[in-house]
Amino acid sequence: MTARLAGTILLAALLCVPFVVHSEFWLSFWLLVLMFTFLGQSWNVLGGYGGQFSFGHALFFGIGAYGTAVLQVRLGVNAYAAAAIAIALGALIAAVIGLLVFRYRLRGAYFALVTLAFAEVARVLVASFQFTGSGFGMLVPLSRGIENFQFADRRAFYLIAWGLVVLGSLIALWLENSRFGAQLMAVRENEDAAQALGIDLVRTKVLALALSGGMAATVGVFYVQNYLFVDSHIAFGPAMSIEALLVCIVGGLGTVFGPLFGAVVLHALGEAAKQATGNAPGLNLVLYGVVLIVALRFLPHGVAGLFARRPRRKPEAANA
Amino acid sequence: MLEVRDLGKRFGGIKAVDGASLDVAKGEIVALIGPNGAGKTTLFAAITGFVPPDTGHVRLMGEPITGLPPDRVCARGMVRTFQIVQPFGALTVRENIAVGAHLHRPRRRDALARAEQVAAQVGLDRRLDQPAATLTVAGRKRLELARALATDPKLLLLDEVMAGLNPTEITEIVPVIRAIRDSGVTVMLIEHVMQAVMSLSDRAYVLNNGRIIASGSTAQVASDPQVIEAYLGHGAAARLNSQLQDGHAS
Repeated sequence: MTARLAGTILLAALLCVPFVVHSEFWLSFWLLVLMFTFLGQSWNVLGGYGGQFSFGHALFFGIGAYGTAVLQVRLGVNAYAAAAIAIALGALIAAVIGLLVFRYRLRGAYFALVTLAFAEVARVLVASFQFTGSGFGMLVPLSRGIENFQFADRRAFYLIAWGLVVLGSLIALWLENSRFGAQLMAVRENEDAAQALGIDLVRTKVLALALSGGMAATVGVFYVQNYLFVDSHIAFGPAMSIEALLVCIVGGLGTVFGPLFGAVVLHALGEAAKQATGNAPGLNLVLYGVVLIVALRFLPHGVAGLFARRPRRKPEAANA
Repeated sequence: MLEVRDLGKRFGGIKAVDGASLDVAKGEIVALIGPNGAGKTTLFAAITGFVPPDTGHVRLMGEPITGLPPDRVCARGMVRTFQIVQPFGALTVRENIAVGAHLHRPRRRDALARAEQVAAQVGLDRRLDQPAATLTVAGRKRLELARALATDPKLLLLDEVMAGLNPTEITEIVPVIRAIRDSGVTVMLIEHVMQAVMSLSDRAYVLNNGRIIASGSTAQVASDPQVIEAYLGHGAAARLNSQLQDGHAS
């Protein structure tokens, strides 16, 4: 069975969850899994396919979340318009940051540190101003109705999240079968060779970062519409950034369904640990650390790599 | 086609390239030879925009391209390969070549079709679905060549595509390069394998200490005393000559 087939089956099964599962708890659980899958996919576009490891993806998530909250609460913008503006803002800020850091050839650990720094600055900033709810965070007033992008039935949100995951998989598929994706992967593999073959490094990386930023901002918007609350720690704290990269690394970098596999495995384990130990706070993070170490040691290609053709073809010697 | 004038590049106190000038005409195969450390690769890098030259200028088909970044130079029709091969390791041979083919082909299908075509041209058609990281040295050299060729260049700069190959592999790749020229691509190559230089190239430039010390037909430069001294050390030409004369005398 290929990873693609397994992923498609899993995705189809997840569509059935709201119609079979009636427990509010489990519906919320799978909803979170889907949300983190799409967040992971956003990281995957940049990190998995582009080789640029961001350590501050919360920045774009937070821009989406705070963007839509501020626009609705402070400026009275319609929920859908606010969502669109917040997503565009996420992509735009990502592009600006990309222009800054890639122009100056920051990569590897330096790129990771700069993204982390931007996220931390944003976290401190939103917590400092009344306008953004300072330390308390922001509540979007409850007013259910399709016109406000608020649904009484959580299944509606579930289906939207599922749709996002499908969209994310299609984006990844597009990357694997398009010129832009080919150039992005070439940049990941070898920047000098990519440039020698006519690829504009800065343009390629900036576009990937903008796409990734827009996707992460979409998750932020979705989060706010679903929970009607956001604060600086949720939005810009390192937890969201780590979640984004962890689901990819555990699931399989640069694969269509890697983030889905990673999110399912991580959250299933995290939930199991919680149930077993009676909800010790922070335990899931300890477990994530252990899972990461195990995954790096035994699954270099992530869960998706498990499905790869097992007897790997040996390098063919002689007259290549 | 290519006009290089007084190109200079200095790294700290070392003049890696020191006022080098050369010309390549359409349809030629021109060799750039010289002892190790002469500055051949740096000259290539300065011509293709990988290192900005300090002095001089480069023209490609009459257009100034001095200081343009490599991707723009490539888009204008001049592409280089790397002496130290730089494959996209995790991608297959087909995907590797398609990256080059995408330069002028936005559609995936066209790029993949072109990749197969080029692979056949350089003899990689049986390895299309293999990850590039699993290729042998000879295979990787061919892949460098194939990727560059897939960008449909007008001028191809080859940096030691034969280094590290065994004699059989060299005799295999020589006709490949000749066929590339016959298909209308001008070729300039850095090469140490003299057998290949002699059989392939129309003309040669000899670089030593960053300067062009000789140029002309390959036979001419190979017998030039300055060239012999550059390779074998000061006084070598005189010694060789006297040995030859002694040989005739006895």
